Amino acid sequence: MSTHVITTQKVNFKVFRFNADEDYLPYYEDYNMEVTSEEVVLDILNRIKWDYDGSFSYRRSCRHGICGACAIKVNGRSTLACKENMNNMIALFGNELVLEPLSIKRAVKDLIIDKRDFWEKHDAIHPYLISDVQEHPEHEHLVTPEEAEELLEADLCIQCGACHYACPVVEINEDFFGPAAFAKAYRFEADVRDDAHTERLLELHEEKQGLWDCVKCFECAEACPKDVNPIDKITKLHQMLFKEGVATSNVATRHAVGFKHSIAKNGVLDEGGLVLYSEGLGIVKHVPVALRMFAKGKIVPPWGIVKSQNLDEIQKLVKSSSTAKF
Amino acid sequence: MKKLKYALFTGCTAKQSTPEQYMSTYAVADKLGIELVELVEASCCGASHLQDYDDFLSLVLNARNIAYAEKHGLTMVTICNTCQLNTAMTKHRLDKDAKLKEKVNEKLKEVGLEYKGTSLVTHFLYAIIDDFGLDKIKEMVVTPLSQFNIAPFYGCHNIRPSELQNESHKKAESAYRPTSLDDLIIACGGQNVDYEAKNKCCGFHVELQAPRTASILTGNAIAGAMDANADWMVTPCPLCHLKLDTQTHHASQAIGREVALPVLHMQQMLGLALGCSSEQLGLKHHLEKVNFIS
Repeated sequence: MSTHVITTQKVNFKVFRFNADEDYLPYYEDYNMEVTSEEVVLDILNRIKWDYDGSFSYRRSCRHGICGACAIKVNGRSTLACKENMNNMIALFGNELVLEPLSIKRAVKDLIIDKRDFWEKHDAIHPYLISDVQEHPEHEHLVTPEEAEELLEADLCIQCGACHYACPVVEINEDFFGPAAFAKAYRFEADVRDDAHTERLLELHEEKQGLWDCVKCFECAEACPKDVNPIDKITKLHQMLFKEGVATSNVATRHAVGFKHSIAKNGVLDEGGLVLYSEGLGIVKHVPVALRMFAKGKIVPPWGIVKSQNLDEIQKLVKSSSTAKF
Repeated sequence: MKKLKYALFTGCTAKQSTPEQYMSTYAVADKLGIELVELVEASCCGASHLQDYDDFLSLVLNARNIAYAEKHGLTMVTICNTCQLNTAMTKHRLDKDAKLKEKVNEKLKEVGLEYKGTSLVTHFLYAIIDDFGLDKIKEMVVTPLSQFNIAPFYGCHNIRPSELQNESHKKAESAYRPTSLDDLIIACGGQNVDYEAKNKCCGFHVELQAPRTASILTGNAIAGAMDANADWMVTPCPLCHLKLDTQTHHASQAIGREVALPVLHMQQMLGLALGCSSEQLGLKHHLEKVNFIS
């Protein structure tokens, strides 16, 4: 017989309430409950609806972590409600838990948001296989296990939006595709049957909407309930831009490539040299701050840079280990 | 206690745009009796940008850096969150993938080196907390920072991805509710300030290609600390420091509000509490004047 003991704890839930049709501003309602260690966050949402207020609204469907409907934020953390055990939440945030929609500014009714921007971005990267399929093929299109493995975890995405609404760039730059769309793009870019590699990569290379605006904060990797690890796919797509020859010279690509040049020359980075190489003439806009930094002893001229010792080793390795061209 | 000794990977910034960070690292190590062996052979970690261009090359270069720490038989400490990310990520990937490790070692063999996986890679902040101990720090504080409200700014790459970072130190740090920097503030006698942006991104990595995004993120961080009544901010990351300290003009313009606070490196804050002088801590190198120290 199982020796597992069910424990209970008192938790105060501060729950976001809002009806876009009636309310001028959202408000928070408090619900005090005994919570058992067996419950998941979705159980709490259900109990609020069934025991306290039938008008309380949230999305739910499969209850098995596969439909992606019930993603919300708990104390600011993207959470798939049906997957997250209450014990974990209490261990993480204590006995005062704030339940909010994934994105407050997109709230429609309580925890339900308008996910339109998520789906628009998802559509924009052509999330399907693009291939000249023969109507009467003579044989199957075989994919080796090794080739299939290249998709990595990107195929596991359930489109819950947890990463998209955890991404700080999505909040600031409305053109930005966002981590979920990038992970989906990778899913098809890595598929050997897809024929639209270059077209899709060209869109991903575009500034403002594309990969180069990612801030590398890893919020998406942390938020994903399915371990899709979108930032890892974003990095791989960056590398594909160079491998497929899609990357054109712009401030972001020169910034990435500039590191190699600097390392080959000094071992360490020449910070000023990198900005100059990346920006070209655009460096003038950095001059006011650079002068202030110089006055405070924060800028080392190229001739003052202390190079790495055993630089010859680094140079040899840069030569022998480089795998990308620009 | 046995004297603590680490291999120090300074990263590039500490030797160029944040000299105060380099100075204060040594000042603090000296006070705590920690011996640092500087990895003068180390190259740049690639700062997550070389990684976008040439993954394998960045692995080889970072493995080489770690190999030097291994040669000393020491744990490698980093003083930059992004160095920490890229170095620890290299270690993580090589340690769990024997084939990849072999490929990297084939290259390292050309220069007479080998990556073994025997050295831990940890940020100096966690080395201090895990190995030296906050209780001992508390005992050593000579100038408690008790009159200050201090806003911790963690910096992404020390707390995310949590799976990776928790391999690097003993006490698991939550990406959503980090405590290490708060604990250090308290140990220094200061009042830690809670605010939403403390574990958020500063925008550093897109400063060149997406300056508006970068400036808004920087602005939000400083504004959050100001609204929480912070007297100053503290960070373990020199890249965050560069954004928060040198980009206040752009940040203010981007969010339509004047924002500025003195920002100290984690080492400088600790140094102040331990009685280091402002010269030793390089406080004159800040753009936002650190004007509360006599």
